[in-house]
Order: sequence, then structure tokens, then C-alpha cells
Amino acid sequence: MTLDAGLWSYFLLFVAGFAVSEPWRFAGVLLSKNVNVDSEFLKWVRAVSTALIAGLVTRLVIFPIGALADSPFWLRLFCFLLGIAAYFVFWKKMYAGVLTGAGALVIALYLI
Amino acid sequence: MTNGAPTAPPAWTVGATTSKAFRRGILEAPSTPAIVLVATMTGFGALAHAVGFSFLQVIFVTITMFALPAQVVMADQIAAGASLLGVSLAVMITAIRLMPMTIVLVPLLKTNKTPLWVLLLLSHVVAVTAWIEALRRLPKLPLELRIPYFAGFSLMLVGFSVLGAGIGYSMAREVPVEIAAGLIFLTPLYFVISLIEIAKPVGDGKAVLFGMILGPLLFVYIPGFDLLTTGLIGGTLAYWLRKRSEP
Repeated sequence: MTLDAGLWSYFLLFVAGFAVSEPWRFAGVLLSKNVNVDSEFLKWVRAVSTALIAGLVTRLVIFPIGALADSPFWLRLFCFLLGIAAYFVFWKKMYAGVLTGAGALVIALYLI
Repeated sequence: MTNGAPTAPPAWTVGATTSKAFRRGILEAPSTPAIVLVATMTGFGALAHAVGFSFLQVIFVTITMFALPAQVVMADQIAAGASLLGVSLAVMITAIRLMPMTIVLVPLLKTNKTPLWVLLLLSHVVAVTAWIEALRRLPKLPLELRIPYFAGFSLMLVGFSVLGAGIGYSMAREVPVEIAAGLIFLTPLYFVISLIEIAKPVGDGKAVLFGMILGPLLFVYIPGFDLLTTGLIGGTLAYWLRKRSEP
């Protein structure tokens, strides 16, 4: 599949993108529209989706993509834990944790 | 399922109308998650540029898909020379995660009177950041205000995503690699802190733990299907353990 500038490319992108991802959202709506907010099914699905995103977290730290790939693992791990610690130290402010962790990484990368 | 700590609803919700909730969602959107979204979408913009997308194609894909992992997979597959079928299949498998996320959100959002088409329309904005923010913010709001709030908030997130993708596309070659690495690193940091916030109140701590352990392991052995399997195994195990320890 190649991308050229014509209208046809938008059709291809629509098929390979929207058309194969949106139905999952619709299916989610249809499956859950009658589900009670306290149901066991929902508790289970929530555990599943939480575990899925958690998996993404450590995967990104241990097997980094793109520009992150050239950083040493120990540095990523350190900055990751630093960010979490900063979150707790700074009164559970999300931006404190996120900026501390990412900022530390950037500074360290410049120094290395 | 407890919807988190029983804190009082925010002051603005007293006597609020639908449109006020909608505007409030818009107002509260510019925040750490929005910045993280802009930053991560810049990564996609840069990637898409490298793969050969035009600026308009990048915007088109960002709006119609609004799912960063699926978008990245799409660009990646096109770069690898996959056929239309190959790209579609890879994107489809990556996008499966949208289904459980939607399932978790719908009962949180809907009232007895919400028409189906509203839910279907709204489901387009279900994506990881929107999902996290919904779980962080919606439990504190009265039920009837959640949909307008979420709609306003998520619309802004789509806007931020387009902004990020556009910036990333335009600046593709000019970002120093250290900064680019920092931008990518924002995502796991944002995710983990969010998980701490949303998982603990409802007892999903074990799900986070199991997920964090299984994720990298399964990525090594069954890439492509790793996240789904991590979710299913880790989540089910955590759910089962929690049920067993309940009186």
C-alpha cells in the first residue's frame, strides 16, 4: 500500500484506519449499553483493560521505540521511578511526576 | 463497583446545565493529559512525515482514527511495504483494545434516557488518554452531566491531537534526539501515574502489577498479540484473586 496525493489514498487510509478500528468502539457500546455499572462483568473488563495499559507502560520502558531507543535502560528505569517518586513527593500532582521524570531523562541524555 | 472515593462533586456542578457541563469539559481539557497527548502525537506526526504522508493525510488519519497506537502501527506497516490487507489487519488487532475501554466507559456515562446514537457517536473519542481522564474525572460528577462534560473534554483532546500531529509533521527533522526521547518518555510516565490514581480506589492494584510484569514478557514471545493477552491473563487473574478474597 503506497501513499500518493490523490483522493484514492484517503479512501485507503479510511479503510485501513477508521473502518477497522471504529467497529471495536461500536461493539463496545452495543455490548455494554445494558450493563449495570456495578456488574461483575464490568469489574472484570476494567481489570483487563487496566492490565493491558499497565503492560504498555513497562513495555515502553523496557523496549523503547524511536528516539528513546538509544537511551540506556538503567537511565530509563531510574527516571521512571524518579517520576513516580516526584508525584508522591509533590502532593500527588501529576505534572510534577511527569515533568520530573521526562526532564531528568532529557537532561541526563544531554550530559551523556 | 465503587466509583472512587466519595468526595463531594465539584462546586461548578451545582445547578449546572448540559451546556455548562460541556463548556466545563472544554475548559478543563488543557492540562497535563492534553500536553502529554500533544507531545505523543508529535511523535506520530514526525513518523508519518518520515513514512511519506502528506500533511492533510496526517490530519485526516488523526481525526478519523484518534487512536495513537493504531496510527503508529498503520504508519509503521505502510513503511514496511505491507499490502492494504496487511495494514488493515495490523491496525484492526491493535484497535481491539478500544472495545474493553469503551465497555468500561459506557455504563459510567449513560443515563436511562441516553439514546444509542449518542453513545455510538461519542464512542469515537474513546482512546487511552480520554479513557484515563474519564476514569479520573467522571466519578466525581453527577451522572447527567457526564456525557456533555466528556464530550467537551474529548473534543478538545481531538483538537490537541491534531495540533500535536501537525507540529510533529512540520518539525520532523528539527527536534534534537534528546528532546524527542523525553517526549516519548512522557507516555509511560503519564500512564503509570494515572493507573496509580484510577486503579487503587477500585482495587485494581493487582491488575496493574500483573500487567506490568506480563507486558514485556509477552512482547518478547508473542508480539502483536502481547497487549491483548497481557490484559486478558493479568486482568482475569487479578479479578479472580480479588473475588476470592471478598467475604
